[in-house]
Amino acid sequence: MTSYQPVHESSEFESFDELYEVSEQEGLDVQTLTPRQMAWHRFRRHKAAMISTVIFGILLVMVVLAPVFSRYGVNEAVFPISEGPNQFLEPQSVAWFGTDDIGRDIYSRLLYGIRTSIFIGVATGIIAVIIGTFVGSLAGLRGGRLDDIMMRVTDVFLAFPFLVAVIVVREFLGGVTFLEPVIGDKSSIRFVIVLLALFAWMGVARLVRSQVLSLKEREFIEASRAVGASERRIIVSHLIPNSIGPILVALTLVIIAAIVAESTLAFFGFGPQPGSGSTSLGNLVLLSRGGATQGNWWLVVFPCGALVLLAIVINFIGDGLRDAFDPKMDTGR
Amino acid sequence: MLRFIVRRLLWFIPTVLFVTFLVYVAVRIGWDPVQTYSRANPRASDEQIAKYREVNGLYDGFGGYIRGYFEWLWAFVQGPDSWPRSIKGGGEVYPTLRYSLFNTLRLTGTAAFFGIGIGLFFGVVAGKRPGTWIDSIVNTTAFFVGSIPPFVSAVILQLAFAVQLGWLPAAGIYPPGHQGFDPWLLSKHMVLPVFVVAIQTVAGYTRYMRASLLDVSSADYLRTARAKGLSEREVLRRHTIRNSLIPIATVVAIDIGALLGGLIITENIFNYPGMGVFFINAANDGDFPRLMPFLVIITVSVLIFNLLADLSYAYLDPRITLD
Amino acid sequence: MSETKATVLSLRDLRVEFDTPNGPVQAVRGVDLDLAPGEILGVVGESGSGKSVTFLGMLGLLPKSAQVTGSATVNSTELVGAPTKTMRSVRGKQVSMIFQDPLSALNPVHRVGDQIVEMIREHQSVSKKSAWATSVDLLGTVGIPQPSERAYQYPHQFSGGMRQRVMIAMAIANDPQVLIADEPTTALDVTVQAQILEVIDRLRAEMGMAVVMITHDLGVIARIADRVQVMYAGRAVEKTDVDRLFSDPTHPYTEGLLRSIPLLGHQRLLPIPGSPPNMLRPPSGCAFRPRCPYALDACAGEIPDLEQIGDAESACIRAHELTLGVLA
Repeated sequence: MTSYQPVHESSEFESFDELYEVSEQEGLDVQTLTPRQMAWHRFRRHKAAMISTVIFGILLVMVVLAPVFSRYGVNEAVFPISEGPNQFLEPQSVAWFGTDDIGRDIYSRLLYGIRTSIFIGVATGIIAVIIGTFVGSLAGLRGGRLDDIMMRVTDVFLAFPFLVAVIVVREFLGGVTFLEPVIGDKSSIRFVIVLLALFAWMGVARLVRSQVLSLKEREFIEASRAVGASERRIIVSHLIPNSIGPILVALTLVIIAAIVAESTLAFFGFGPQPGSGSTSLGNLVLLSRGGATQGNWWLVVFPCGALVLLAIVINFIGDGLRDAFDPKMDTGR
Repeated sequence: MLRFIVRRLLWFIPTVLFVTFLVYVAVRIGWDPVQTYSRANPRASDEQIAKYREVNGLYDGFGGYIRGYFEWLWAFVQGPDSWPRSIKGGGEVYPTLRYSLFNTLRLTGTAAFFGIGIGLFFGVVAGKRPGTWIDSIVNTTAFFVGSIPPFVSAVILQLAFAVQLGWLPAAGIYPPGHQGFDPWLLSKHMVLPVFVVAIQTVAGYTRYMRASLLDVSSADYLRTARAKGLSEREVLRRHTIRNSLIPIATVVAIDIGALLGGLIITENIFNYPGMGVFFINAANDGDFPRLMPFLVIITVSVLIFNLLADLSYAYLDPRITLD
Repeated sequence: MSETKATVLSLRDLRVEFDTPNGPVQAVRGVDLDLAPGEILGVVGESGSGKSVTFLGMLGLLPKSAQVTGSATVNSTELVGAPTKTMRSVRGKQVSMIFQDPLSALNPVHRVGDQIVEMIREHQSVSKKSAWATSVDLLGTVGIPQPSERAYQYPHQFSGGMRQRVMIAMAIANDPQVLIADEPTTALDVTVQAQILEVIDRLRAEMGMAVVMITHDLGVIARIADRVQVMYAGRAVEKTDVDRLFSDPTHPYTEGLLRSIPLLGHQRLLPIPGSPPNMLRPPSGCAFRPRCPYALDACAGEIPDLEQIGDAESACIRAHELTLGVLA
């Protein structure tokens, strides 16, 4: 796509005839924007979202290439204890963000930890969105009993205090031994993804359902029905493409909610314990418990700061996406 | 309307039974009560274990679960004196539960009162003047504050005000060893937890109210109201805000329903002995006699307030056709 | 034009300009108007002609981005630039307005009776009880059956036509001298339309109220208007009696409107070619020029003012020479 700077806008002209006439005279191309391009333009106008995307992009590169950007291995002490005390060191040249209880570099561990947590967030998001979109569109399209049941069930589930419900479900899933080969052990990353996705799909389903309900009334759905389109085709070719906006926004919300939830669970000891010394953001944030009361401020500031930064950045991106897909934001560009 | 209420009420009891049964199953499978009992009392004799089984109705198999559930339910509704005792030290469950409940209510009540009030206020301030710098500031601040996970703000505030500055106590509701009721001390101890909870509430409700207000602002009936000669203030009060509050009311109802679960995070960090701490301890111990009453009370609360939310929405918005 | 006729509403060179992100838009570009007590003035035009904006602007009901200039007097009270207090005392009391979609124009969560009571108590100091009784009476006057029960109901419990009657009842609550009806029948079925027009006509006769009937439907005009003002691109292009409008139009736009009505015996619909002008950059001179079959170069000059043609007024500079009308 060649980049271009708009010279004139359609609103400047009396008629399309004049628009084309003037363009010819001035040797310009006339371009009509596709909805996707318009959405991109609107996103670009949301400055905070753009900045956030850049920040998130940089962060993503750094954590995916963690071995490149980190200074030590994830389970490696900054220097062996034989050379001197290495626990709870304040931030200094050998450890930019200080060290933890066994002398490991917080900065490096943070990179690896954020990587794990982003992975958890994205995986949860994708699963939740797939399930939620499927169920939500079916419920919205068919209505009737299925819809009623789904709404009732999700109503009750979502009304429960989140952490209580998550912990109960966690123990329950962990106790159902025959599921273990599929979803993994209670402390595994796989398990926490399944657990969080189990809660997240409901919000997505309700959102997709309300989108479908409003789209259902539109004539193009009636038209495709009249032509004989099957239900699956209507969902896949019409309803979902027109709901991309809200679905994308929901995806970002689920991602950040999952990351925060993972941290929260870890805070109380219910989080994932990735093996062989590797870590998650939640586990690092767990350090802030002791850190706060013992005055080791770097154990609080850096992990929590990273979490807050992630939260704000992803939230802004979600906000930008919301604006991008909201037709009411159009001023005629 | 009456038909709707009656129908919902009739559905209520079976729903409560069904959901609490699911909770019962989840707790039994998730925490294997017999095992946790043995772990908590490693020197218990076989007889004691068998007695524990019987008192709590821990029968096996599908039929056993159903029987166990109803036995447990029967003991539960008969009052706290019939409740089985905790696996930790055999103490009564009810007094601790009650103590935790009141503490939580005090905390969440205060936080909700201030939080919702202040949040709605700022929501109106921002929603009244969209696009102005006041609106931007309020909205952005609410956004930022709302993005911060609650335990982060709790920990940071604790670190800042309690540990580093020492202005406020870091934990508990009274200094250790204190006896009796002292409102001044109590309030001092409650400041940080209430503040942490309240700022989250304020952020949330500011955004809800602002969004609702913006939604209503484009309505035609506001123009009609002005055409009647009403002042802007009257239009705001009688039409804009009144209509904006409808969706908010349902949110409030549901929020309240979840309140009883305690604020696990905040209570934990500040060592505030509320329902959240009660639950975490019970969960960590796998204490069936403590878990069940707690979860059932939460469940009932959630279901009741869900019902109230539905009813209040129907009451406030006459367009809702109930059937 | 008779200056001695008592006028209850007078507009002089009323202009409304909107400040949009794409630049200033002149929605109303100089409208003059005189309304006598008890007369029904029809204001006809397409969407975007400025017919609603004129009166919304006059009453100060437009958003802040709108600038209203010129003069609008109601019983010698100047409205343009008047302080809010003055505007508020006129709105709902001397000049009432009803709108196109009564479902969205009424607050869905307030009872119908309460909404009328609000109108009454805004301008009269009476007790709630007395205002309620009055509102029940008003509902009866506009032809709503069982008014004392229905006053307790909500807008969504009424049919479209009944809702519009409620709006009318509310509008006449304080015995206004002018009722501005902004497309009140557009959203209604044809049979119900006739009923609503009948109510308005009857009230006009009983109360001596002047009515401004804004519409794009010539049928409505034919049914109820005394005089007509045709608007195009923010200006009035023809002013005449209702009969003469149909038999003897004096502006090509009016002729175009008449021709686009399907009539028995005619083979084809003759729509006006082209589309309404972009008010960001209106055409120079006469705004109808690009679509006018009679246009000359001279039409692109100055914007033509209304000139007297017999008993009508026309903004077409060729009105004297042209014979306009619907061909038999």
